[in-house]
Amino acid sequence: MAEQSVPFRGGGFRPQTKRGVGVVVFVVLLLFIEWGTRAGWISNLTLPRPSDVGATLWDLGRSGVLWTHLGPSLTRLFVGSLLGVSAGIGIGVLIGLFSYVRAGLVPVVAAIFPIPKIALLPLFVIWFGIDEGSKYALIALGTFTPTVVATYGAVDNVDRGLIRMGQSFGLGWLSIVRKIVLPGALPGILSGLRVSLAIGIILLVAAEMLGAEYGVGAYILQAGSLYDLERLFAGVVILSALGVLTSWIIGDLEKRLLAWRS
Amino acid sequence: MDLSLDHLTHRYGDMLVLDDVSLRIPAGEILCVIGPSGCGKSTLLRMLGGLEQPDQGQVLQGGEVPDGCLNPLTFVFQDFALLPWRTVAGNISLVLEDHGLPRAEVDQIIDDVLARTKLSDFRDALPRQLSGGMKQRVAIARALAVKPAVMLLDEPLSALDAQTRELLMEDLVSLWARQPFTAVYVTHNLAEAVRLGHQIAVLSRRPGRVREVIRIDVPLLERAPGLPELDALQSRLWHLMRDEALAADQELVHG
Repeated sequence: MAEQSVPFRGGGFRPQTKRGVGVVVFVVLLLFIEWGTRAGWISNLTLPRPSDVGATLWDLGRSGVLWTHLGPSLTRLFVGSLLGVSAGIGIGVLIGLFSYVRAGLVPVVAAIFPIPKIALLPLFVIWFGIDEGSKYALIALGTFTPTVVATYGAVDNVDRGLIRMGQSFGLGWLSIVRKIVLPGALPGILSGLRVSLAIGIILLVAAEMLGAEYGVGAYILQAGSLYDLERLFAGVVILSALGVLTSWIIGDLEKRLLAWRS
Repeated sequence: MDLSLDHLTHRYGDMLVLDDVSLRIPAGEILCVIGPSGCGKSTLLRMLGGLEQPDQGQVLQGGEVPDGCLNPLTFVFQDFALLPWRTVAGNISLVLEDHGLPRAEVDQIIDDVLARTKLSDFRDALPRQLSGGMKQRVAIARALAVKPAVMLLDEPLSALDAQTRELLMEDLVSLWARQPFTAVYVTHNLAEAVRLGHQIAVLSRRPGRVREVIRIDVPLLERAPGLPELDALQSRLWHLMRDEALAADQELVHG
């Protein structure tokens, strides 16, 4: 039999970073919609023209209206998720470390987790007032549950071999927690943070839709009730940008704090 | 310091893993513990170091702890157990930080143990940058840093390839020759046992019992692979263990 080269059948199944592809897809999609709306086969009641949305955004930024809405929104997101995330990490670590806390609180967390937090907003308005308090509380509760679950999972996943090592060298309990358990749980906590903050943004908008004068949510609601699609989409773009920004911040944190991994 | 095991018996659930094990580890000597897989050798070692409690019997320590000893019973683990987020020097300083030593002394200890394990150039490397053999050297350096009275080595070379294992065995011998230490060395590798053990305790398969304790009179430094005496001993050990290892291999895994 004549010699043949062995056919290659390996390769693939290995995600690689392809720079710029995401941007290209995005631009092509926008150009497509622009073309459709200009040519008329997408009616302007279906989708606004991307260029008009861009112009609306530009006006928003120039007139300063953007900041009167974005400022309160960012404050609410920051304060609410700071409260929720720090409580979540604290309680998650306690659940991970103490069996009694785990036995007592895991069922409670499981009971709170599936409640749509927006349903609780009227209750929070009664408890914390119609102003900022109820919005902080809503975002805090919404970010709290996923953070707790991610944190105690991360603590559970810390290599027990490393903890035994610490004990075998006579390290104190606090040293083991501070130097072995917490750094070991950090990757899991940070990836939980991505989910928590995305939920935080969703709840932010929901809270602002239900009772706020200013804020990105209020802005979108106003635009929606007037069927002003350009402004509605401008608001949506701002929210997307907020999502991308928080994800970027966490990515940056991971790069700094978890440099030992890659 | 010397250690002894006094009629140790231990069960996991209903399963007897160690049955009436008594052993003595004299100061300044290396005792190798060999036995088929699942015979409880690692359990035995963890009991020696106080990481596990026996159901019956006790582990006794006797004699003086040497000066400056920070952690008398110190482990070297099979999987190295290095913190991946700390550098080589950071991993060593981890075990010194709780003792309230002045910074300069900590640095000096780190420099000393890194030099002894030929790691001085890798002070600031992270574990993931090191080969398996280097990682185990770091773990050995970390163990030396606390000036242990007894080193408890749990299959320290089992995760390494044959060449690296040979190199590290030579390193261990020269470390011992420079400053004799007491050690218990658990392994399933007979070649390691005859190279490093002053005495070899052979355990039976589960439940682990001491079948025989063999003393080797050839000094550690004169031992080399292929030495007739050692080869003869190794085949005698294999003879002792072969049937048990076969039976252990064919047992159903409990658990």
